[in-house]
Amino acid sequence: MSAKIYDVVIVGAGIVGAACAHECSQSGLRVAVIDQDVIGGGATAAGMGHIVVMDDSDAQFALTRYSQTLWQELRPELPEDVEYEQCGTIWVATDEEEMTEVLRKHAYYSRQGVSVEVLNPGDIERLEPNLRKGMVGGLLVPDDGVLYPPCAARFLMDQAQGRGVTLHLQQTVAQIGKGQLHLADGTRFSSATIVNAAGTWASALTPGIAVKKRKGHLVITDRYPGFVRHQLVELGYLKSAHSVTADSVAFNVQPRQTGQLLIGSSRQYGPEHKEVDPHVLGRMLERAQHYLPALAKTSAIRVWTGFRAATPDKLPLIGPWPSDPSIYLATGHEGLGITTSLATAKLLVDQITGRTSAIPYEPYLPSRSATLEHAHA
Amino acid sequence: MPEQITLSVNGRSVTVPQGATVAVAVAMAEAHCRNSVNGEPRTVLCGMGICFECRVQINSSLHQRSCQMLCSPGMQVRTDG
Repeated sequence: MSAKIYDVVIVGAGIVGAACAHECSQSGLRVAVIDQDVIGGGATAAGMGHIVVMDDSDAQFALTRYSQTLWQELRPELPEDVEYEQCGTIWVATDEEEMTEVLRKHAYYSRQGVSVEVLNPGDIERLEPNLRKGMVGGLLVPDDGVLYPPCAARFLMDQAQGRGVTLHLQQTVAQIGKGQLHLADGTRFSSATIVNAAGTWASALTPGIAVKKRKGHLVITDRYPGFVRHQLVELGYLKSAHSVTADSVAFNVQPRQTGQLLIGSSRQYGPEHKEVDPHVLGRMLERAQHYLPALAKTSAIRVWTGFRAATPDKLPLIGPWPSDPSIYLATGHEGLGITTSLATAKLLVDQITGRTSAIPYEPYLPSRSATLEHAHA
Repeated sequence: MPEQITLSVNGRSVTVPQGATVAVAVAMAEAHCRNSVNGEPRTVLCGMGICFECRVQINSSLHQRSCQMLCSPGMQVRTDG
């Protein structure tokens, strides 16, 4: 069987693979996308879908902010079922220490030109009456938003297919390397560039990538319109997200367009099974009720889990894999893949085509992973 | 004769015997229980708290299963949510 010839073959039709296909097709490249399952069936279907600016590091801030701008530019084209809602984020401070963090964040975001507002206890009570009384303050980030990721991935892929990208679903990739991709059924693809956007599965195709599974639980409730109006996140979220060993939970609740509440979050390294862990789920819901006592009177209708593709330094891997220059990586987005998918695609195609990039791509290069090791690996 | 209870369903006064479920009061008010996401009328199906089709608003609480709740005097039931 002769090989099918493309400029770029992308493994993975999650939000990142779909964004890469969308961006490649806009640059006139001949593209094929291959996925073992369906569009957006992995971490894309499991996550909360936030479009947020985060400042874990300068590089994370640069990428999330750039990508949020790209989402805002794309917004008029998004179909209704993508449910893009610019609800804003409120980072909630429960004590003076957390309030210090609010002020630091306020200064940092303001310096970078991102609109932010410090909230006092009265503001918090007015904006989110269901939050427990006695909050010390908070930080409102009005440009943050949420969307429904599987439909966003499908939209990006539809656009790409409209420009000639071919999509191969339910196909198992057996091997990639040296400009060749083999499917389990023997089909071969030949391509100067193969993009590994396989999320948590990426390291199975390209051994040696510092990507580990990080399990998360989510709960969705029945419809309670107006129960919360912004995405609410505790400032302890960063402590939880930073913890590299222990299981952790943090309060994060989103209002969805349907009136439903999406409740997170949990983080666990180690578990490989998708089953709900009742102990972790219980802790997560206790944490949410600690902030929103009236949640106790709402009905949850579904609980599920998923796996984030986590890297040790909390930054994704975007660019050529040093051991094989035909392989480019676009994975390791952990909990920010929906936000950062569009910027990832831009930076990837910038590198493939030699374009100038809007932000430096060096912080996300996979070549840094020679120095990356998971703390407990 | 059992004691009678008066409550409100969509603003209409309904009197039921003590021990009647809210689903009974809704039926007596000639209302259905809820509207689906697509706007279709829904009402009691299983009568035992499993199907969730009989959800109504009781006082300020949304999504209460009317087949599992007993009527009490002065209850405000809304089925137009």
